[in-house]
Amino acid sequence: MSVLIIAEHDNQALAPATLNVVTAAQQIAGHADTTVDILVAGQTCDAVAQAAARIPGIARVRLVDDASQAQQLAENLAAQVVALAAEYSHILAPATTFGKNFLPRAAALLDVSQISDISAVVDGETFIRPIFAGNALAKVRSSDSCKLITVRTTKFEASAEEGGNAAVEPVTASEESGLSSFVGRQLSQSERPELTSARIVISGGRGMQDGANFQLLDAVADKLDAAVGASRAAVDAGYVPNDFQVGQTGKVVAPDLYIAVGISGAIQHLAGMKDSKVIVAINKDSEAPIFQVADYGLVEDLFEALPAMREALG
Amino acid sequence: MKVLVGVKRVLDPQVKARVKADGSAVDLTNAKMSMNPFDENAVEEAIRLKEAGQVDEIVTVSIGPEKAQETLRQSLAMGADRAIHVVTEQVLEPLAVAKVFQHLVAQEQPGLVLVGKQAIDDDCNQTGQMLAALLGWSQSTFTSELKVEGETATTLREIDGGLERISVRMPAVVTVDLRLNEPRYATLPNVMKAKKKPLQKLALEELGLDVAPRLTTLEVMEPEARAAGVLLESVEQLVEKLRNEARVI
Repeated sequence: MSVLIIAEHDNQALAPATLNVVTAAQQIAGHADTTVDILVAGQTCDAVAQAAARIPGIARVRLVDDASQAQQLAENLAAQVVALAAEYSHILAPATTFGKNFLPRAAALLDVSQISDISAVVDGETFIRPIFAGNALAKVRSSDSCKLITVRTTKFEASAEEGGNAAVEPVTASEESGLSSFVGRQLSQSERPELTSARIVISGGRGMQDGANFQLLDAVADKLDAAVGASRAAVDAGYVPNDFQVGQTGKVVAPDLYIAVGISGAIQHLAGMKDSKVIVAINKDSEAPIFQVADYGLVEDLFEALPAMREALG
Repeated sequence: MKVLVGVKRVLDPQVKARVKADGSAVDLTNAKMSMNPFDENAVEEAIRLKEAGQVDEIVTVSIGPEKAQETLRQSLAMGADRAIHVVTEQVLEPLAVAKVFQHLVAQEQPGLVLVGKQAIDDDCNQTGQMLAALLGWSQSTFTSELKVEGETATTLREIDGGLERISVRMPAVVTVDLRLNEPRYATLPNVMKAKKKPLQKLALEELGLDVAPRLTTLEVMEPEARAAGVLLESVEQLVEKLRNEARVI
């Protein structure tokens, strides 16, 4: 019984989150003394399968190339996972909106209690996962024979991309469910690094006062090659779209440097960034809770601090 | 069409969770509890569908101890028509919760189930998807827009890279995100009226379902605390520290 990873991809490229899941899967496979396979389910996604095959330490890439998997709708992808489950002791996906969408569906079909968002592997049955917005960590042991797990990608290093030479084996597609259909996708276009994998993130909160003021953050982000994020308060106020959101119910990030600007530091925001290596808080309110997690704090009006910072960065 | 809405009583989102000294669980003794924020959006959406004439009855469901009734009364005060309380002291895993809902769906025959995308206590993000699977229904997760159009519904989903629009066949399970709507406050007259709305109690054991836990919590720990930081005087000093001390830029 080996470990199966469900690859996140867009039919053209493997999403970086998959590489973090590979590391978690290899830790599990080490405890269980077994091998790791990757499922690539999509349509005309051969390039993704080839990329998966080049990841070191992968035994097999299982490829489903079928119209039913073109958009990885939860109903069809869950059915595909269920069809393969008997061969595996563990099935892993990233705890992204991709993984969160279909894996619980597969778990219920298999009568398995999913283990969400693991942050560490203790052994083949035991895992650590954050609960209550990361204010507590639960060590849980699963008694299910097949374990379905989503992985907090920031807690596992990305595996190497090159060096492997796994066999790519075609798999028969499961039946189209006919329950849902894809209409369209509006993806945010940005020249900046992607929020969850950026080395530096600069986020704005309610203190930004207006969406237009995010330009001040952009100017600093340009100097640092940083991604731009936001607190839920800023998203709820309509300053920026929701895919900017860092927090318990938005994205979880753990960059080398996180700069929180005009963010008070609500529990749910801290949940999404407190694993960052270095945290900077810029806020004119010296009582803001964000200062309690910051390595460096600056009590200053952001409308003065941000232009000054851009200057200082040269 | 009837709508079933799941509401969970959780630790208030503004309260920081503390781990019990014996490391067995998070201490909820005397803590302020609230309706899970995403579930408030689910109730609100049901009410808006009813106001738009697309829904005739809203039934809210909560599974938990006696006090879960408070959460159900809140949903009734917001505008739900009646409530079902599945009484248990046991903490159920999402799979078990989905089985209870599956049982209630068979009884109530709703055309739509709305639940929050995630409960902010266990942060599992599973129940809606699991329920859809058990029912063989379509699902829409992280939904920020819902248009019911007879046999289908079109939804907008908040995904990592932006937004995705899908069409789902009804009946469906829809898990909702915060931007779906702004939940209303219950007015005092409605809070009074809600006390008279029907609230049915069912004992979990009477449903005869397999709700045994599959996961054993061995320990609940405090996360590692961050070392105290320093307050700086100026932007220049900050940039200097980031360059030469932290070496991150």
